Amino acid sequence: MLRPFTALALWLEERLQIRRLFEATAGHKVPANTNSWFYVLGSGTLLCFVLQIVTGICLAFVYVPSADRAWTSLQYLNHQQALGWLLRALHNWGSIFMVGIMTLHMMQTFLFGAYKFPRELTWISGCVLLVCTLGMAFTGQVLRFDQDAYWGLGIGASIMGRVPVIGAELVHLLLAGPIIAGETLSRFFTLHVFVLPGSILTIVSLHLRLVLTKGVNEYPTPGRPVRKETYEAEYDRLVHDTGVPFAPKVISKDLVFSGVLMIAIFACAVIAGPAGPSGPPDPALINTAPKPDFYFLSIFAVLALLPAYMETFLILTAPVAGIALLMALPFIAGTGEKSYRKRPVAVMTVIVVLLTVSVLAWLGTYSPWSPKMDAWSSAPVPLEYLYGRSPLERRGAALIQSKQCRNCHALDGEGGLRGPALDSIASRLSRDQLIRQVIQGGGNMPAYGKNLTPAEVTALVAFMGTLR
Amino acid sequence: MSEETKCACTASQTNSPCASKPGMSRRDALLRFGIGATGVGAALMGVPVAGFVLSSFSKAQADAEWISLGPLEQFPANETRLAVYQNPSTRPWDGETAHVACWVRRLDENRFQVFAVNCTHLGCPVRWFPESRLFMCPCHGGAFYEDGSHASGPPPRGLFEYQHKVENGNLYVMGGYLPTLAEPL
Repeated sequence: MLRPFTALALWLEERLQIRRLFEATAGHKVPANTNSWFYVLGSGTLLCFVLQIVTGICLAFVYVPSADRAWTSLQYLNHQQALGWLLRALHNWGSIFMVGIMTLHMMQTFLFGAYKFPRELTWISGCVLLVCTLGMAFTGQVLRFDQDAYWGLGIGASIMGRVPVIGAELVHLLLAGPIIAGETLSRFFTLHVFVLPGSILTIVSLHLRLVLTKGVNEYPTPGRPVRKETYEAEYDRLVHDTGVPFAPKVISKDLVFSGVLMIAIFACAVIAGPAGPSGPPDPALINTAPKPDFYFLSIFAVLALLPAYMETFLILTAPVAGIALLMALPFIAGTGEKSYRKRPVAVMTVIVVLLTVSVLAWLGTYSPWSPKMDAWSSAPVPLEYLYGRSPLERRGAALIQSKQCRNCHALDGEGGLRGPALDSIASRLSRDQLIRQVIQGGGNMPAYGKNLTPAEVTALVAFMGTLR
Repeated sequence: MSEETKCACTASQTNSPCASKPGMSRRDALLRFGIGATGVGAALMGVPVAGFVLSSFSKAQADAEWISLGPLEQFPANETRLAVYQNPSTRPWDGETAHVACWVRRLDENRFQVFAVNCTHLGCPVRWFPESRLFMCPCHGGAFYEDGSHASGPPPRGLFEYQHKVENGNLYVMGGYLPTLAEPL
């Protein structure tokens, strides 16, 4: 019964030589101590990428990369195309997991000293993959051609416009025209669907080739530093003495992780559903508060918080310098201790970077630096602030609302966070200081001198005088 | 590979008799011709490809022209109103992205100011609040006075202001491209 199958298998094997291919790739020997849960992150990132290709191809069957139809086709995918909403959600959550697991993979290889001799190129190609993946995240956000995408492009163009000398040309290159329009979307579609995935496939091949030629990083032992003269012989001995084939010995943890990962992506997609699209990309609809996807929230926050004098310089140089520093790392610290247990600076660096990015991203989710555009008409004056107040003071309370003070100043926790809350303002500023602050502004507050009559100023200050 | 060792001289064979053979064999000449022909062909193909890709690396200045915002009656004195025009250079598939919005401030009978909606910080759309007479940006908290000058927040300058003219009872602005710090209006 089995004989015809065996014969067919042998016939194919003779021609394809799959066993030899297997032994040289998945079946190659790795040090036994790499059989660790810390080593599943690379294959996890690759799995996410493969999932993105599959769900992306499905979406491309329906999505229309044309400025006048893209938004409508997304609505169609969400509401009419069978399972379209789920595929959009899977693609979105796949990208979130891909960026997340790639970041963990990078942290793990950094903390385990995997970038050191002789795996410099593995690390550098990983850095290029990081840039490509973030490029995928940004271009993907543009393909969700809604208000956030439109104004996100505006932010990109404005950053390009700060480049000295060739700024105008770069803006034109980014937008593929004088304004954000049809050709801009085509450009980002081409990048997202052809150029960047093609680059990622190529560089992933190089990345994996290097894992085969230079071996996967062994689980580092504290107190056993890398020396260029002896490392490769030591590694060969380790593989010779303890080596086990990656498949089927070590791959089981990767498989468990793959399964958990796919279940997690699926669960998030089913529970949270697809992202957007928000309002249509019509620049005439200006009542919008654009916000980037979470990968770029920290950058969004930095752009609000940097002092003006260093802003342009840092926007343009920091990303380039950061990537250059990452790529130079194997040449700065290419030998020595590998284990994080003996590298306190490396551990501190990871903690500081992680904390900084997380805090900035968290600030980005509620952007306290932005006026709350509808607070003046939606957040009421707390009743206890009105009891027993004189008519003049109540008139001041009305002016706090109608002059949009609440957009930047909170009362009883409601309102903008741009300026200080006014609940106890009178305990900090005297009547004269209040008058001066209202009329002249200062410290990031506009001057209201021209927009308020003296009577209005008197009423406002009278009301604020009761807030202590 | 090994069948062709007759005249192919590799590093390991430098001591073999054929290494010192003078002149160029037909096979070597064909190889060189092949490389040359492929190079010429690739260069030929590369010219339009590179030219096509780099064609958008050119300035937008030429695209600016006078655009009508409509009759003056739309803009009452002492008020600031949103006006929307169709960008002069468009593609048929631009859809609503061909719209461009701007703020028109009419000071009195004959004096106007027209501002781009794009914040000078990072291009987000500023909103006009007539009660406090301020433009506020939703992205990073920039604010501008009614005359477009910088009031507070991170923007490095006042709002981008269009050149404008009044002709035959219509208001015209000089526009056609996205204003940025590199190329203000």
